[in-house]
Amino acid sequence: MLTRRTALMGAAIAALMMTAPVVAETADELKLPREKVTLVAPPAVHPHEQATKSGPKIIEFKLTIREKEVVIDSAGTKFWAMTYDGSMPGPMMVLHEGDYMELTLVNPETNSMPHNIDLHSATGGLGGGALTKVNPGEQVKLRWKATRPGVFVYHCAPEGMIPWHVVSGMHGTVMVLPRDGLKDGAGKSLHYDKIYYIGENDLYVPKDENGKYKTYETVGESYADTTEVMRKLIPTHVVFNGSVGSLTGKNAMTAKVGETVLIVHSQANRDTRPHLIGGHGDYVWETGKFNNPPEKDLETWFVRGGSAGAALYTFREPGIYAYVNHNLIEAVELGAAAHFKVEGKWNDDLMKQVTPPSPVPPDKVGTADPVAVTR
Amino acid sequence: MLMLMKIKIAMLVGALAAPVLATVLAPPPQVDPEGISRLAPASFSYRAAGDFSRSGKPVEGPLRGLGSPTELLVMKRQVTVAEYDRCVEEGACPRVGSQSGRRDVPIVGVSWHDASTYAAWISLKTGVTHRLPTDEEWTFAAAEKARDEALPLVDPADPAQAWIARYETESNRSRPAETAPQPGGTFGTNSKGLDDLAGNIWEWTDTCFIRASLDGNREQVTNTNCGVRVVEGAHRAYMTDFIRDPKSGGCAAGVPPTNLGFRLIVERPGAAVADAFRKAVKLLRRA
Repeated sequence: MLTRRTALMGAAIAALMMTAPVVAETADELKLPREKVTLVAPPAVHPHEQATKSGPKIIEFKLTIREKEVVIDSAGTKFWAMTYDGSMPGPMMVLHEGDYMELTLVNPETNSMPHNIDLHSATGGLGGGALTKVNPGEQVKLRWKATRPGVFVYHCAPEGMIPWHVVSGMHGTVMVLPRDGLKDGAGKSLHYDKIYYIGENDLYVPKDENGKYKTYETVGESYADTTEVMRKLIPTHVVFNGSVGSLTGKNAMTAKVGETVLIVHSQANRDTRPHLIGGHGDYVWETGKFNNPPEKDLETWFVRGGSAGAALYTFREPGIYAYVNHNLIEAVELGAAAHFKVEGKWNDDLMKQVTPPSPVPPDKVGTADPVAVTR
Repeated sequence: MLMLMKIKIAMLVGALAAPVLATVLAPPPQVDPEGISRLAPASFSYRAAGDFSRSGKPVEGPLRGLGSPTELLVMKRQVTVAEYDRCVEEGACPRVGSQSGRRDVPIVGVSWHDASTYAAWISLKTGVTHRLPTDEEWTFAAAEKARDEALPLVDPADPAQAWIARYETESNRSRPAETAPQPGGTFGTNSKGLDDLAGNIWEWTDTCFIRASLDGNREQVTNTNCGVRVVEGAHRAYMTDFIRDPKSGGCAAGVPPTNLGFRLIVERPGAAVADAFRKAVKLLRRA
């Protein structure tokens, strides 16, 4: 407890000093219309306009930090998560270029640690990290202007413990849309019928001498062991949306043939390479920034650790699609796999099983090799 | 390879409708002190295992009425850690996986090879033939615990529909909350007096994966792959024989078995009843 109290006091002093200027400056002087958004848990995204005719607004969001024990795989492995709004990743927050985000960050008294938020989409103040440090029982309000469009990571960045908070689940995504919506490289408008938001998380769960995953009474008690595993850089789990299989079975993502889906993929800590098995990325903003023309027809796209990418795809064939991190060891052995269930009519032109599996015909002695004949 | 393509007439014995009833109404089971149950002869219905097609399109395996003319001797419970460990200590069986430390629970994390090795060892040790059950025998022994998950007929021209239907069936299946092996009896006793069928352990059978095409009642086996065996539990699955841990990260669309374990069939010397049963069932099976 001594360590915790010392940490809290230091943080409290820092927070007092840093938050003073923001408290002095209110948003009222902007005289802009306000809009309040209710956030939803991933893979869903709160309702939003893709293109907007209205002028800039102040959009109000609220994130509540929750430290909680979660189960991360089907074997029941328990893990102390730190989250924004209770989900890994935290909810996606959508606004348009030129809008202002007014974010209330709440750290309930039930939590044990100070937290903050570094938004890669924001400019200055360590992405807001310097101005948002809140102790348990405190909240803070930050306003920042969306100056560039794209999908961006946000994450917790407390001094000395940044990586631990991030790999414990404290990360999410902001999407800043161009005011006139998404475009292909030639200026043609692109739109999506559905959006899915996937946050990939590398997890580092300590094991005991018998190779069993360890559990801890409190999040603080897991720190030392977890850091030791983290320093070896080999995750025990790589998961989408908080646990192995969270986007499969009854929770599989859905689409219909002909529907266009925007898939946003964020990874706050480690490189990943999303791939849709049986599909493609029609338009892909691999680096996630919409002022760059999207790449076309990709098979796999690279999302750098600490960034988010976006892929637009129109499903053309029904069935079950696996959406994976195409390091297949991470997908199959560590958990980075999701499913899409796509309904619609099968198109034989795109694919057909011409001959079902059947025995290999016996070799006929003396028969000419067909390849040799055609040459 | 053509020699494998024996064309066989699938023999249908008994009516397709009634056999489950007959199974349930069989006389009460007997269990001897060694934990071997004697199952009285009865008829039962059996959904053939493997991949079946008709006119080149995937269909469910045929449902057959089978009958056991003689007693079947089968272990009441799955082989335990304590039992398997004796084989390990004698150097006959490989040490497998990390067990929970309990010795009174079923051994899990065993491959088909491990299970077969144990069966051979215990047979030598006791002078009594022990072996893995065939899928037909397992279904007979499991009685009401054996699940037939035949899927509704879908548009054969659209491969995605069958695929989605199967995915939804698997996704909706309830699974035991507890994944660790539990002491014998935890998952209940069936009408034949056997414990823990279709609990959180899937049991190896000796039945090989086959691919077959159907034409009327004619069945043509086009491929037999004994590198893949049928495992039975809360649902039927096909498992590569060297796999010990069936879990998958979810890349393949489907729900894998939780644990792999086994129970054995016993053939008493002189009695030869189980052998007769096996021969009888074999007669009814595809070769």
